[in-house]
Amino acid sequence: MFRNQYDTDVTTWSPTGRLFQVEYAMEAVKQGSAAIGLRSRSHVVLACVNKAQSELSSHQRKIFKVDDHIGVAIAGLTADGRVLSRYMRSESINHSFTYESPLPVGRLVVRLADKAQVCTQRSWKRPYGVGLLVGGLDESGAHLYYNCPSGSYFEYQAFAIGSRSQAAKTYLERRFESFKESSREELINDAILAIRETLQGETLKSSLCTVSVLGVDEPFHFLDQESIQKVIDTFEVVPEEEEDAGEADAAAADGAAAAAPAEQGDQDVAPMEM
Amino acid sequence: MTFTIPIDNGDALKNAEADSQRTLYPYVTGTSIVAIKYKDGVLMASDMGGSYGSTLRYKNIERMQAIGKHSLLGASGEISDFQEILRYLDELVLNDNMWDDGNSLGPKEVHNYLTRVMYNRRNKFNPLWNTLVLGGVKNGESYLGMVSMIGVSFEDNHVATGFGNHLARPILRDEWRADLSFEEGVKLLEKCMRVLLYRDRSAINKLQIAKITEEGVTVSQPYSLKTFWEFSAFHNPTAGAQGSW
Repeated sequence: MFRNQYDTDVTTWSPTGRLFQVEYAMEAVKQGSAAIGLRSRSHVVLACVNKAQSELSSHQRKIFKVDDHIGVAIAGLTADGRVLSRYMRSESINHSFTYESPLPVGRLVVRLADKAQVCTQRSWKRPYGVGLLVGGLDESGAHLYYNCPSGSYFEYQAFAIGSRSQAAKTYLERRFESFKESSREELINDAILAIRETLQGETLKSSLCTVSVLGVDEPFHFLDQESIQKVIDTFEVVPEEEEDAGEADAAAADGAAAAAPAEQGDQDVAPMEM
Repeated sequence: MTFTIPIDNGDALKNAEADSQRTLYPYVTGTSIVAIKYKDGVLMASDMGGSYGSTLRYKNIERMQAIGKHSLLGASGEISDFQEILRYLDELVLNDNMWDDGNSLGPKEVHNYLTRVMYNRRNKFNPLWNTLVLGGVKNGESYLGMVSMIGVSFEDNHVATGFGNHLARPILRDEWRADLSFEEGVKLLEKCMRVLLYRDRSAINKLQIAKITEEGVTVSQPYSLKTFWEFSAFHNPTAGAQGSW
């Protein structure tokens, strides 16, 4: 995407019918670290990669509890993500107060999308630079939605956003047909495996990822490090063989891959995007 | 029951609320509602009277109405306030339907919405002068609750408003069971309504019984209860009088 004369503000259309500012906002989502969501009939799992600015700092929080029955994982400008999470919590709690009943996730997602759309049609505003994976329950079971800065939202069986999410998406595409009937444990397994795909060679450790679950009889909560490590141990059991093969591949891939990460490399990722 | 609180809000030019007043007393009122949970859902009974003070002025008022797919609302108290509440609920149900997403408001949600409305009005010293009974069935679960004009709200297996609290509830406490059939439930409600007819001066002998189950709401056609006035004491009421009462 190159700079052009139609990208100065969000209320200018290009002659080909594009709003460049909105598309640039979606770029910001692609730069953030990966977040993954998948769902079965009764459960939703949200997982993300923990990236820290430097070794000295703690990692950014990318998954938020909105209510007992709704959670959200973000990628992109985390400050925008935090503000939208606060909005979602507020909507959820207001509904609960008036109706003593949980807000159906589908309705929350539409309100969120409408809020994002407003920012694409006011000259004094800018689009939110964050993509949200919203997982939650309503009368018809578990749902997973993706809200993007343009104000559109889609429902998914499984999805991944952020940098190197394509690797996770490829993994999920192979397996998504079985997710509907998956058990809770199988779903968590798949989430962590999908996270591993985005790490591309880096050893998967429980400190590198955050995993959260919610389900029909299970309020939203985070899995602790031990549980995550136990799951990792079940499939990283034969490290030597995999590493040997991995190293050979990695050496060849490095040359080719080196060019790509440099673009998305740390120098170009602004500090506010994680 | 009347409140007379004189309110002088001053100059109509300067103060927007100058010539308006908050609710002081009701004008056209409905009397008791009696409702019980039974085996398949909820049964509710009310008469069709609207009293103007001590005059039994209106005899065709439907004080029970279906709300959405899953709920039934009965009201006693000021009829115009009941109609206002029906307008609020109509809007609520409309917006719920407009989502068109497979979710729908159940009786619990409607009951809580009404509680919020009643309590908020009470806090502004401008109450909706009603006691509301909200019954319904959703996903196999029966629900029955009540909200008063000051926002007191609770659920129970059997509820009654107005005089029903004093005359009907003792009967229900003794004779209600969770597994009442439809016929037994109607008989129990008729027993309560008959006592109310004899003893509540604002009751009229024209009642409706409404049923709500998983399938939906049905409100019966109006009918009358059989009454018995041939007690010997009524034949010659002054026979035993000795000058005083």
